[in-house]
Amino acid sequence: MNILREIEREQLKQDVPVFNVGDTVKVHVKVVEGKRERIQIFEGVVLKRQNGGIRETFTVRKISSGVGVERTFPLHSPRIDKIEVTRKGKIRRAKLFYLRDRIGKAAKIKERM
Amino acid sequence: MEKVIIGKKLGMTQIFNEEGKLVPVTVVEAGPCKVVQVKNEVTDGYNSIQLGYGKVKEKKVTKPLKGHFDKNEIEYTKMLKEFRVADAGEFAVGQDITVSVFENGDQIDISGISKGKGFAGVIKRHNQTRGPMSHGSKYHRGVGSLGASSSPSRVFKGKKLPGQMGNVNVTVQNLQIVKVDADRNLLLIKGAVPGIRGSVVTIKATVKK
Repeated sequence: MNILREIEREQLKQDVPVFNVGDTVKVHVKVVEGKRERIQIFEGVVLKRQNGGIRETFTVRKISSGVGVERTFPLHSPRIDKIEVTRKGKIRRAKLFYLRDRIGKAAKIKERM
Repeated sequence: MEKVIIGKKLGMTQIFNEEGKLVPVTVVEAGPCKVVQVKNEVTDGYNSIQLGYGKVKEKKVTKPLKGHFDKNEIEYTKMLKEFRVADAGEFAVGQDITVSVFENGDQIDISGISKGKGFAGVIKRHNQTRGPMSHGSKYHRGVGSLGASSSPSRVFKGKKLPGQMGNVNVTVQNLQIVKVDADRNLLLIKGAVPGIRGSVVTIKATVKK
């Protein structure tokens, strides 16, 4: 089992910023278009964080032209260039699924100071 | 030179490949294996090599086996396995076979003893479907019809029936080696591999090309 752990540990990123569920983050994703590679930013509220180690993922939700869009990223993926925390949220749940049923002002999360 | 090796399944995990995609892999600790015997057309009528794998205490080795090892002064191993090769002349007795015979991206066949499921019914063993559990039905998970009546007056051979499931030698063909780790004698193979963690598996270059 230790060798499995080692293999996983080697791939973990060391520079992952501290962020929590409810925070607003900017995820810089590397996108390949044809042969060119560029960076796309996906900004939204972190809805949940799941699993641990190399399997850890987080889901970001944003409203794009009136439609809710959720994207799940592996936290340690090399396709993620960096993660920026723009706003910290004050929350009372581990998973913010209730945001899916709310629109506009009701879907707002208080800022944690 | 044929690519063959014996190893131990360590378990499954995930790694990111060059494209940044998460790939499920089975980690196999393979080799180093010693060539204990080389058989050729002249002496044995066919070409093959016998590989030894695993550590064993000296007192666990039987006298006849000791003679077999001592003949060429090779360290005792827990198990011996024979692999057919095209040309036995490429191998020498006492030669070490390590994971470095494989390269990243190689396609392989891997065999091992599958997990035992015990005496299993037809639903689990042959993926048959069950009958309704209610509404007066009396046909739940049982075997259905065994065949027609007076002609042929017998049950055909190979009829799918309950019985022992698993704990047999299974080969999975055409799996890909994602990564070869020569320092730790590891092979990272994409996908699942038969057997429990810690079970012995044999790895060969695939027959499908």
